[in-house]
Amino acid sequence: MSGALIAMSGGVDSSVAALLAVEQGLDCMGSMMKLFSNEDIGESRENSCCSLADAEDARAVAYKLGIPFYVFNYTDTFKKQVIGRFIEAYQNGETPNPCIDCNRYLKFDRLLHRARELDKEYVVTGHYARIEPDVGSGRYLLKKGVDSSKDQSYVLYTMTQEQLKATLFPLGGRTKSQVREIALKHGFVNATKHDSQDICFVQNSDYADFIRQYTGKPILEGRFVDMQGKELGTHKGLIHYTVGQRKGLGLPAAAPLYVCSVCAEDNTVTVGSSEQLYAKTLIARDINLIPFDTLHAPLQVRAKIRYKQPEQSATVWQLDSNTIRVEFDRPQRAITKGQAVVIYSDDIVIGGGTINKIITE
Amino acid sequence: MKKLVYLDNAATTKISNAAREAVLPYLSESYGNPSSIYSIGREAKKAVENARAVVVEAIGATPGEVYFTSGGTESDNWAIKSAALYGKNKGKHIISTAIEHPAVINTLKSLEKNGYKVTILGVNQHGQIDLNELRDAIRNDTVLITVMTANNEIGTILPIAEIGAIARERGVLFHTDAVQAAGHIPLSVSDMNVDMMSLSGHKFGGMKGTGVLYVKKGVRLPPFIHGGGQERSLRSGTENVIGIAALAAALSDAASRLPLTDVVRKRDRLIAGLLKIPRSHLTGDPVNRLPGIASFTFECVEGESVLLLLDGCGVCASSGSACSSASLDPSHVLLAIGLPHEIAHGSLRLSLSEDNTDEDIDYVLEKLPGIIAKLRDMSPLWHE
Repeated sequence: MSGALIAMSGGVDSSVAALLAVEQGLDCMGSMMKLFSNEDIGESRENSCCSLADAEDARAVAYKLGIPFYVFNYTDTFKKQVIGRFIEAYQNGETPNPCIDCNRYLKFDRLLHRARELDKEYVVTGHYARIEPDVGSGRYLLKKGVDSSKDQSYVLYTMTQEQLKATLFPLGGRTKSQVREIALKHGFVNATKHDSQDICFVQNSDYADFIRQYTGKPILEGRFVDMQGKELGTHKGLIHYTVGQRKGLGLPAAAPLYVCSVCAEDNTVTVGSSEQLYAKTLIARDINLIPFDTLHAPLQVRAKIRYKQPEQSATVWQLDSNTIRVEFDRPQRAITKGQAVVIYSDDIVIGGGTINKIITE
Repeated sequence: MKKLVYLDNAATTKISNAAREAVLPYLSESYGNPSSIYSIGREAKKAVENARAVVVEAIGATPGEVYFTSGGTESDNWAIKSAALYGKNKGKHIISTAIEHPAVINTLKSLEKNGYKVTILGVNQHGQIDLNELRDAIRNDTVLITVMTANNEIGTILPIAEIGAIARERGVLFHTDAVQAAGHIPLSVSDMNVDMMSLSGHKFGGMKGTGVLYVKKGVRLPPFIHGGGQERSLRSGTENVIGIAALAAALSDAASRLPLTDVVRKRDRLIAGLLKIPRSHLTGDPVNRLPGIASFTFECVEGESVLLLLDGCGVCASSGSACSSASLDPSHVLLAIGLPHEIAHGSLRLSLSEDNTDEDIDYVLEKLPGIIAKLRDMSPLWHE
């Protein structure tokens, strides 16, 4: 019997994923990753211990399913690979997506390693995405989840062949409402729990405040400039701004102003009109390609530059082993450094990378 | 039945035979409230007072110095918070060590938020404090010194009598958390020069949820739990008659079996056997250590993985300090004795009782080296 280590969060999706893995006849073990302590994120230790309520929910589901449940402490890795990268990106004038790093360095690295140590063949998660073998190439393909409104393939584009081979996404072929129904039918304590939102380690979505508290360093003010480099005023520090942002600039202007770019080298925030937010071409670094190792010729694809954006037609070239160039058919609004560009062919994830450079004509 | 080797007696013990027998009359015969005047209430009262006399005897106290609590954590909270209040006219400075149990550490942290200053004494590689450093740390406004008798993770026994002598000479109250030591090494409050001492029933064959606070006569602590006036009005609440009877019987029985020569022999077999694993290290004091505690670090493996694989072959052990979510935090004790983070993660504690047999030891010596080797084979950090 094959074994599976299930990544449980206490939420409804991973609980149903656990159930389906058990029903599939796998020898299952439930687990929750402890990713941070309250002290790590500037919360008082006395508030609650390491989202204890979520761990209790996950444990209740695991025990109901008759599988063992363990909490693994990965706070060190999370601090380094997720929080550290998150802060570094903001300090470099980028807007990071920490969920991608968490999948990459925690779920499909630390947890997968733990699964191997325990002789479990698979890691199971509650992601809405599908993994299918490609008979022709002998590779594993990552595909969108069937429920397009919940599809999470965007945050999974870093998965390697080795990781795809050792991962199961039982929810990939199901819709969220089917999943809730299954949870209700089985009387899971969390059947009606809300979906998690936003970044788990930042309270109240105040990234700037989080970074200030976490680093304990003051945030340097700098200059607002327009597209011609003319100084317009003083900004509160780079981490307060992201490309496309209009609110909170505090700059008087005849027409609405938007953040067009954030530059860490000279600590400036460039603002401009809505039209000036548009660009057609980007370069992405730290790429991962899934159906093949190398892209030898330009490829017509559909691409998206943020999680919730509908895909757009584009052409992609591989520049070297680490970078791709993506040129959209039509200009895209607010392409943002630090976010991921993920490219698709129909429902197959071709790959993606971290947006590194935006080319404006 | 699946093989089970229980080597986590420092986490909790099974109820000893002495304790089991001691509680029987109070389950469904003499079940009265000790404060009631009729016969079954009086029987229950008698049980509590007999138990108190037994504990007094076992720790060399005098009558009137022993209070029953809900466990080691409550006793630590009571002793430390009350001593802080008691001494507040003198000052707000407390001295402790870097290897205390969370029941002490977090109580001290709560006092820090209320304006108390806490000096934490560091420890050497064996977990021992420097007595001169302690002497130097005492100030005119020091109201309490609290140092554990023996450490729960690495088994180091601290020189409590000497620390107590220093405290006494300088007129500072001295509390010791003896939770891990009681029933395992002889304890005598007069020899130890302590003013307060915490014990926990389930570490020596009693029940979970039972404990003792010893308070030396003359130390007039304010009440900790207000209510109906039980425990001389200092710790109100209907007495846990069954738990108290079990605790006293277990403590007296455990004390009568000291020293634990045979446990020490098995522990040393385990230590000698496991230190044959390459790059394995004993943690804690090699000489002054609790009879039952064998604690190690294994380089390039994670304690969590070792525990899971040991669990898979029926061996119950522990690593780090478990938080209430049952995840394992990097141990503050192992960091305090100077181990780097990555080595502290590879810790393992095996804690023996008299019930463990030589076959149990053989079984662990047979299984564990293979587990460590397997995990190292898979570790990107491991190079022969």
